[in-house]
Amino acid sequence: MSVYVAARDVSKIYTSRRGNIEALRSINLTIGNGEFLSIVGPSGCGKSTLLKCVAGLEEISAGSIRIQDREVHGPPENLGIVFQRDVLLDWRTVIDNVLLPVEFRSGDRKEKLSRAVELLRLFHLHGFEQRYPWELSGGMRQRVAICRALLDDPALLLMDEPFGALDALTRDELNIELQTIWDKTKKTVLFITHSISEAVLLSDRVAVMKKMPGEIVEIIDIDLPRPRTFAMRETMEFGALMRRIRVIFESLGILRSQP
Amino acid sequence: MIVELWFAIPKNVRVVLIFVLAIVLWQVAYVVLSPPEFLVPSPLKVVQRIVSMPEFFLIHTWRTFYETLVGFTLAVVIGVVLSILVISSRFLEETIYVILVAFNGIPKVAIAPLFVVWMGTGLAPKFAIAATIAVFVIVIDLVLGFRSVERDMMDLARSLRGSRFKTLILIRFPHALPNLFAGMKAATTLALIGSIVGEFVAADRGLGYIIMVAQGSFDTVQIFAAIVLLGIMGMVLFFFVEWVERLVLPWHVSMRDVGHAV
Repeated sequence: MSVYVAARDVSKIYTSRRGNIEALRSINLTIGNGEFLSIVGPSGCGKSTLLKCVAGLEEISAGSIRIQDREVHGPPENLGIVFQRDVLLDWRTVIDNVLLPVEFRSGDRKEKLSRAVELLRLFHLHGFEQRYPWELSGGMRQRVAICRALLDDPALLLMDEPFGALDALTRDELNIELQTIWDKTKKTVLFITHSISEAVLLSDRVAVMKKMPGEIVEIIDIDLPRPRTFAMRETMEFGALMRRIRVIFESLGILRSQP
Repeated sequence: MIVELWFAIPKNVRVVLIFVLAIVLWQVAYVVLSPPEFLVPSPLKVVQRIVSMPEFFLIHTWRTFYETLVGFTLAVVIGVVLSILVISSRFLEETIYVILVAFNGIPKVAIAPLFVVWMGTGLAPKFAIAATIAVFVIVIDLVLGFRSVERDMMDLARSLRGSRFKTLILIRFPHALPNLFAGMKAATTLALIGSIVGEFVAADRGLGYIIMVAQGSFDTVQIFAAIVLLGIMGMVLFFFVEWVERLVLPWHVSMRDVGHAV
């Protein structure tokens, strides 16, 4: 597998009047072409910051981030982002929200219209094209946001706790839908989450982060067969992987196993 | 019980009923207290006056309405341009915004005579005064709207590699429209104040002019007639902006339940 994203000795320091905050310290991470890589960590560990650095939305303080051997300075082409909040535009219908990227580059809407309709159908939103975001449930809204990110068929998909604001059932549903899409398209995905089971279910590899400063502690291979199912969550192998990650958090004092 | 009955009446009818009730109360108070007419006339008298000289009042009302409308439109156009400048660079933000805030501290009524000196006694100074008084609230509201776009939404715009102009047109401006309308609603009243101030200083027509002339002859009925017409005008302008807002912003939270409330 060729390397798609490579972060080398990346650090990020926020300077403020009250002093410097070291958000990221010597991050070394590669994401292979077509790999699904998750980052788990406690809130405030800098995992979202790392994603923003990869997206070119934040400048790094030291080190380098390369996407396909090109240094990241500002948002690169061929990139889709999904945020925790869906950030749909309230004044646009579902279909117009999905087609937003076309308008940003002054493209022809007609060219992408069938693609947008197809994506919405894939995410079970057929018939909702002309609705407004406020008429949809949280899960449907996030599906629209994913369709928007996929419109231009980007090679790299960055997802910043995309299902963090959803209820558990909707979250499960979207996990499976995301896996199905990923299986078909084999995009390179960087997925941020604080849910251990979500990370294990979806990923090829899971990077575990700690906070203050934000560092990658360990990267774990998830060698469960695909496609993965919810039933797998009850298997010994799944449990063992979950436990491995939990033990890391416990040893860092992030999780306490005893009440 | 009475509350339920009241809300069973259609909204528009309720509004009219409230006015009728207020006028009836005024008439009752007039009959009971019977003040001298040069202090407070009866509402009947005031209405009679307006009806007896429809053409006269129409001419003057139209004049004030016209001044207000032009002043308001100028305020909106200038306000939008200034707001875009304020958010487009740090330098312009510091200069324009600071000057604007300093300028707003001056009571505009005090500047009105200056406009007359500069522009004469025609329509121009009225437009200018109305616009100057109304523009500030539009800039304040619109700049707030431009700035309240969430961080994630701006990140999304950046990741789509759009120009700043695209981001303004596709995201910031539509996002700030509810604020613009809030500012515009406040601006209608302020523009009306502006044109009346202009007419007080120097005019030969308009409701403000009528009030000044009537004051000289203690014609209180005439003053009240002009005030009633001004009140109606202010309401018409306000509700016109609100009507446009509903057409333009059907998606906005404050508009969503309008469908079944009316």
